[in-house]
Amino acid sequence: MTGNPIINIRHAAKSYGSLEVLKDISLQVTKGQIVAIIGPSGSGKSTLLRAINDLDPLTSGEVWLEDEQVNKPLPPRQYETHINKVRQNIGMVFQHFNLFPHLTVRENITLAPKMLKGITGAQAEELAVEQLTKVGMLDRIDYYPSQLSGGQKQRVAIARALAMKPKVMLFDEATSALDPELVEEVNLVMKQLAEEHMTMIIVTHEMGFAQDVCDRVLFMDQGVVVEEGPPDVIFKNPANERTRNFLRKHLRGRN
Amino acid sequence: MDTDLIIRVFPYFIEAGWVTIQLSVLSMLLGLVCGALGAAARLSRSVVLRFIGAAYVSLIRGTPALIQVFILYFGGPQIGIQLEAFEAGVLALGFNIGAYMTETMRGAIISVDRGQTEAARTLGLSRFETFRAVTLPQALRLMIRPLGVNINALIKGTALVAAISVVELTYTAQRYIGSTYKPFEMFFLAGAIYMAIIYVTGTAVSWLDRRVALK
Ligand SMILES: Nc1ncnc2c1ncn2[C@@H]1O[C@H](COP(=O)(O)OP(=O)(O)O)[C@@H](O)[C@H]1O
Ligand SMILES: [Mg+2]
Repeated sequence: MTGNPIINIRHAAKSYGSLEVLKDISLQVTKGQIVAIIGPSGSGKSTLLRAINDLDPLTSGEVWLEDEQVNKPLPPRQYETHINKVRQNIGMVFQHFNLFPHLTVRENITLAPKMLKGITGAQAEELAVEQLTKVGMLDRIDYYPSQLSGGQKQRVAIARALAMKPKVMLFDEATSALDPELVEEVNLVMKQLAEEHMTMIIVTHEMGFAQDVCDRVLFMDQGVVVEEGPPDVIFKNPANERTRNFLRKHLRGRN
Repeated sequence: MDTDLIIRVFPYFIEAGWVTIQLSVLSMLLGLVCGALGAAARLSRSVVLRFIGAAYVSLIRGTPALIQVFILYFGGPQIGIQLEAFEAGVLALGFNIGAYMTETMRGAIISVDRGQTEAARTLGLSRFETFRAVTLPQALRLMIRPLGVNINALIKGTALVAAISVVELTYTAQRYIGSTYKPFEMFFLAGAIYMAIIYVTGTAVSWLDRRVALK
């Protein structure tokens, strides 16, 4: 399970004007690893995650996906081609699902594989069925997103990302927008992916989930990784004062 | 009200109404083309195109439509472009409504949620693929109603070309007033036909909007 990292972030830094959002962050994630990123709002978690597929480009630093640099310096036109290829390997799940409302569940799943991988009718159907079965949404294949609950939407969004057969999945607070009773169904899908050894980087506010599912936890604050380690250490015995303060606030009233 | 007179002139007004419809349809088509090009220019990554788009919109919206009609019809010959009144009317009305349609279309495109683009780009779709498969289909649905408002304004705006003697509804009403001295009846009749055209158009727009509405 060890070896070369799938994701290798080297000295990532990002500023908006004079605001330093990420300050020299380095992170390696190996195949099958599940990394949770926790931290207060505004600490740069989303920015870091979105730098991995270059949705929010870094100011400096490098992001590597296996042996390919994601944010490779290239002339704009070549860069477009390059990044579109790279992104096919990096699945992303958003807080607000971002399903395509004008397409059915089936079409949401097959749009990108059809356009980018040239798969045809029968293969596309098979792919949709396979991915929707995985997230328990096969019976909604002909529905439109607006006809689904939040939890169902998120499961479809996960299936949509998986349909590209990515090497790594990024989750940005995938359950934060859900009613509490819908959180579990999405967590279950993510747990199942964990069992299948999908490499995942998960930004989350759910400490219980991070503790159960993840191999490593990063605590971020003000653009730096303050502390990182196995969940048992971070949650039960954090070394840093800021981590302790954050966890005290977030674990209170839960469990 | 002189109903006999109305019945007598009715066929001529129907003919004039047909001219109004032709003016409306042709200038609408031209407007849609100008609107699509204008919106593409306004949203382009090229500074030059953005400037051209913005200049087009502010030029048209900053001057009276009547002046635009006059410039094409009376000003054209001075620079060697001799147009029939009907042609000048279609061009002026089309360019005019195109500027408003530019803003309508641009508005619809930019009001598609940013998360939609992000989701598509994240899957690996290029800018263009994202626009074609994700942004545009949603924007088209969003722009039907506001385009309907533009078209409504356009139909009423066709009355302007009476000023260059295109024999459409308003011009016809004026002409019959000259011979009958019954302005109320003539304008009433013209107004009723405008309203019928607008009612049908409005119904069609609503029908289309409902048909393609997001489920
Ligand atoms: N487009 C932007 N322009 C300016 N500041 C931004 C932008 N996006 C994020 N920020 C700032 O960057 C910081 C980190 O944001 P974010 O990564 O979203 O934090 P988190 O996901 O941990 O809540 C915040 O202070 C936020 O206000
Ligand atoms: Mg965030």
